[in-house]
This record gives sequence, structure tokens and C-alpha cells, in this order.
Amino acid sequence: MIYLLVFFPLLGSILGYLVKPLGDRYSEIITTAFVILSAIFSGVIFYNGVTQDVYGNYKILEWISSGNFQVNWSINIDPLSSIMLVVVTFVSSLVHVYSIGYMVHDPNRPRFMSYLSLFTFSMLMLVVSDNFLQLFFGWEGVGLCSYLLIGFWYKKNSANNAAIKAFLVNRVGDFGFAIGIFLIFYYFGTVNYSEVFIKAAESADKEINFLGFNLNLITLICLTLFLGAMGKSAQFLFHTWLPDAMEGPTPVSALIHAATMVTAGVFLVVRCSPLFEYSQVALNFVAITGMITAVFAASVALVQNDIKKIIAYSTCSQLGYMFFAAGVGAYHVAIFHLFTHAFFKALLFLGSGSVIHAFKDEQDIRLMGGVWKKLPFTWFLMLIGTLALTGFPFLSGFYSKDAIIEFAFFKNSSIGYYAMSVGIFTAFLTAIYSWRLFFKTFHGNYNNKSLPIEKTQESSLVMLLPLILLSLGAVFSGYLFKEMLIGHHYIEFWKNSIFFLEEIEHLHLPLWLMLTTPVLVILAIPLSYYLYIKNTQILDGIKKSNEPLYNFLLNKWYFDELYDFLLVKPFKLIGFTLWKKGDQNIIDRYGPDGFSKVINFFSNKAVKFQSGFIYDYAFVMLLGLSFLLTYLIIN
Amino acid sequence: MINIELGHYLALGGVIFLIGIAGIFLNRKNVIIILMSIELILLAVNINLVAFSIYSNDIVGQVFTFFILTVAAAETAIGLAIIVSYYRSKGSIFVEEINELKG
Repeated sequence: MIYLLVFFPLLGSILGYLVKPLGDRYSEIITTAFVILSAIFSGVIFYNGVTQDVYGNYKILEWISSGNFQVNWSINIDPLSSIMLVVVTFVSSLVHVYSIGYMVHDPNRPRFMSYLSLFTFSMLMLVVSDNFLQLFFGWEGVGLCSYLLIGFWYKKNSANNAAIKAFLVNRVGDFGFAIGIFLIFYYFGTVNYSEVFIKAAESADKEINFLGFNLNLITLICLTLFLGAMGKSAQFLFHTWLPDAMEGPTPVSALIHAATMVTAGVFLVVRCSPLFEYSQVALNFVAITGMITAVFAASVALVQNDIKKIIAYSTCSQLGYMFFAAGVGAYHVAIFHLFTHAFFKALLFLGSGSVIHAFKDEQDIRLMGGVWKKLPFTWFLMLIGTLALTGFPFLSGFYSKDAIIEFAFFKNSSIGYYAMSVGIFTAFLTAIYSWRLFFKTFHGNYNNKSLPIEKTQESSLVMLLPLILLSLGAVFSGYLFKEMLIGHHYIEFWKNSIFFLEEIEHLHLPLWLMLTTPVLVILAIPLSYYLYIKNTQILDGIKKSNEPLYNFLLNKWYFDELYDFLLVKPFKLIGFTLWKKGDQNIIDRYGPDGFSKVINFFSNKAVKFQSGFIYDYAFVMLLGLSFLLTYLIIN
Repeated sequence: MINIELGHYLALGGVIFLIGIAGIFLNRKNVIIILMSIELILLAVNINLVAFSIYSNDIVGQVFTFFILTVAAAETAIGLAIIVSYYRSKGSIFVEEINELKG
């Protein structure tokens, strides 16, 4: 069952594409069925793990065996990977079902479904690996599928650019990740988690010389690994690809860029908790990066106008939450937030997809509004998603987000207190932009001139069904799994899949802290209703008086422009010069082009012999014959 | 009175042969002339054969000449047929214009 669980999506992906000639419907059914089976299996495995401790390492086959370097393809089921399996396969199967409805007018559905399944397979390989190399395989696999799916509408130039951007930004992070793996192998002689983690504990204080600096080995490894995580999880400085990735179809955004792939970075940090625990520097770095990302992305999300980009920045910001949770040592809370976030963010994305569908591919929220009666189901489901995201009491986001803030407080260090205040502040910003999105989309006046309101229509059942299931997850996943994942006896669930050097003490929480976030979040609802619907003049006034700040936020802190100036332009220039001067002028000119020119020259001369006149040929024949005869006679 | 011997016959054959060759090369106008030149070359060969047949007192050479004459007639018929069909498709048998083999 465990093997089937991992390989069903791959099988679905291949078969789904092969049955294309039979009709699009078949490939939809096949891919979806395989992924749903996978989801059922992973549910069973998770349940068995929780109730009967059925964990273990299942070897598929030997991959590399060279000297003392042993790497296997294997399936490692432990609490951490089993919960990731549930998240990945569950969201993935819902997205598969949703795609059947969403992509209904697309001519390339088999390819789309096949990519989705392939992505699911790669993601499963990533989470179940028991060594860094297989992790890297899955890591690149999901990167590839992300590239393919962002660029799915390859006839759109912007989609191609976004796909390339995502791939390139990830390369930078992956470069760090690869160096991390090299370091691990060089110093520990193995890439299998269990052995690495044992050896890491022994060499916690080891110093090495890296590029002329004396650095702590573990710190260096953690920082390089985290570089990879930053790239994949779109953290500050590497975040630029995520909003652009919204060029892909909406189901892709929901599956890859909200629920699963972007959380791979968080998964990596948590998986490597035995390494990170030995390096306070790296942990602080993780926490600070997370905090910056959380505030930065939330501030940008405040002023964006594209419905998907707002949610994308929101994802970025929530990933920041997960990272600073991990950074203050609360790995289990990070995973808990990952778990709940997968539900409500996928819900929001799919819901926004439903909105986009209703508006006939309109994504600008300024051109929406007032349609909540026309789209009652979408409205209600988006409402649940928004409530869950903002952390409205007793929905899933409330438990996980508050837990992050609480654990940051329990950390009892300066960085913990920073993280706590950043967390509260960002929660407030999150509430504001989420409600802005919600109100602007569904309430107020209808603002779209090109599409009459009567033409907007509710999505089909096949699209709403996954939304309903996700909304159940968004409502209940926090409440149901809270005690198990982050409660007092969390060690009983996590066992040794997460390593704590010293347990975080679960002290009594002061009342003021317990109340701050929910109160702020609830206050944000009427506030944003007032600002965005009732009295928009105030906001225009603020906008006018803070024009530079507004533009600063609207242009995403000018990061794209900065990168364009610092990196893209110089590299383009270098590439262009090398291409024109180096390649064309030197290598081509004296290499292949030169040869072909010389040959061309001589063959042009030779061609002159072929006059086409019979008598010329006969004359040459005669000449040859005379020469031959003369030669024979003389001899 | 000059006694006509083998050398004279061979010289005559050689001259006719050269005229045939020259006819092929120097002719720039009509394909039929090329055909006639080839005919001349064959006749030169025939003269040689007959001359040697008398010289060595062997009848086979003269028998062979008849074969060659027959084959030459057949070949000319085919050549003329080709020229006719070529003329039909191209509208000209002007030698200077037949250069489709040009590279």
C-alpha cells in the first residue's frame, strides 16, 4: 500500500497522458482516480501511525552504491512525513477534481492533468525520502513541474517569462541547497538523515575554514540548506517569483503555490531540526527572514489589485509565519500552521478561481463587487477561507497562528518577543488585506463595465465540491488536530521525527496576549468594511497624502526593478557580449562557420565543371581516356 | 599506282573517327548532328574491323560488322525517338539549351 501510495500519481500521470487519443474525459478520470486512491491510502497510513505506531522505512531499490556512499530510493514513513502525505494527497486530489471543472474549455487538459499528477508524485518523493539526495530529486521534480505548470499557457508571453523567472530564482536557492548537501557528505560521509543527524550531534562545535572564514560547520550547513528553503518558499529576497507564478492556471496556484510546494522549504527546516537545533545563529537567521517576509509580503498585499496576487503575497506572508515559528524552535507549530494553511489557502485560491471563472477571466478586484447574491456559494466559501486565514476565533487559522505567537512568547528571548510582536502586527495586516479582498470582490457596487452583472454565474458543482471539502478542513482542522499536534503531549505524536534540544516550556499564557490577536482581527472586519466600502474617501485621502509610500508598496518595494538593475541587466549584457563577440565573432567565425565557408568556396568552384552540356562531359571523358591510354602505352 | 594496304584503311578509319569526335564537340546546334557523329564513330570502327578481317584472313571481323550495323540502326532509332519526345516536352532540340545536368 505504501508503494502504491507513492507511485499511483506517477502511474496516473503517465497513463493520463497516454489515453489522450481516447478523449480528454478519460485522462481526467484516470489521473483523478489515482490521486484520490493515493489520498485514501495516505489517510489510512496517517491513522495507523497515530493509533498503532505503524512507522518505518521501506526501501524501493538501491540508487547509488559507490564505495561507502550508499543512497537508496526509499519511503520513510514517520509522523512528519505521514502528515505531509495527508496534506499533499488530500489537497492534490481536490485540486484534480476542481481542475476538471475549471479547465473545461482548455484544449490541453490531458497535459494539464498529467503535469498535476507528476507534481504530486515529485512532492511525495520529496516528503517520504530518507536521505538528502532523494529529497533533492523531489525538490527539483516539483520545481520542474512548477515551471511546466506556470508556463502551461505557453502561448502567453507573460506566462513563459514567469515560468523562467520562477525556475531561475529557484536555481539560486538550489545552488545553496546543493552546497549544503555537498558539505554534509564531505564532512559526515553520508547523506542519510539518520546517520547525518547522529554525526551532527557529535560535531556540534566543529569549526571549518570556508572561503577563508572560520565558521561553525553546522551553522554553515544550516544556512546553505536554508538558502534552498528560501528559494522554494519564496522568502524575502527570493520572493519575486511567487506573485509572477500566478500566471499559471488557478488550480496550479492553489496546489503548488499555496498548499504544497512552497511549504517544502518549511518542511526542509523542520526535517533538519536536529541540525538547526545545534546552531542558534542559523535559527535566528531563519526567524529574522521569516519575520521580514511576513511583514513585507503583508504590506505589499495591502495595495495590490490582482485577486490572485493578493493571495500570493498572503501565502508568502504566511510562509514567513511558519519560518519564524521554526526559527524560535517551535517546529511542530510550524508544521501545524502548514497543515491548516494548506486547507484555507487552497480554499481561497480555488475560491478566487471560482470568482475569476464567474467574471469570465477577470482578475482585477477593482472591476468586481456587489456580486455576493449572484455567487452565494462562492461568497460563503470565500468567507470561510477569509475568516480562517485571518485567524477568526475557533477556525483553523486561529489555532495555528495564535500558537505561533504564543510559542514565540514562550521562547522568552529577545528574538522571541520580536517574533511575537511581528506576528501580532502581521496578523492585523493580514486581516485588513483579506477583508479588503473580500469586500471589494463581493460587496459594494458592481464595477465591471465590460461584463453585465447578469452574465456572472455560479461555478459548477464539480468546482464547488472540492471547495466545500476544503472549507470543512479550514473550519475544523485546527480544532481537531490542535491537541494532537501542538498540545501538551505533542511529543507522543511527533516521537523523534522532530528534535528538540530543550523542550519549550508550556507556561501559562497571560490573558492580554491571548486576547490581543483575536480582538485585533475581529476589529479589522468593521474597520475594513468602513474603509473599503462605506467611506472610500478617507482611503483616497491617505493614498494622496502618502503617494510615495503607496507607490512603494504598489510596486512591491521596487524589488523587481532593483533585481532588474542589479542582476538581470548586467547578466543580460554579459550574455549578449559573449554571444555576439565571443561566440559569433571568434568561435563561430573560425570554427564551424569558417570551415563551412571554405568548403562552400571550393565546392562553388567545382560546380562550374558541371556545365550541363553533353559535349563537355564527352570531352572530359575523351581526355581521361587519352591520358589513360597514353599512360598504358608508355608503360 | 599506290598499293592500298592496311595502314591506309586504318588511317581512313582514324580520320572518320576524329571527324565523329569533332562533330560531337564542335557542334553547338542540333542534337541530331550528335547522333550522326556517333554513327560516324561506329562506321570508323567498322572500317577497322573489316580491314583487320581482310588482313588476317578471318571472316569473323566482317560478321561482326553486320552486328554492329544492326545495333547502330536500332540505337539510332531509339536516339531519334528520344529526341522526338524531348522535343515534344521542351519544344527545342537546340544543344546550347540542353543543360539540365548543370550543377
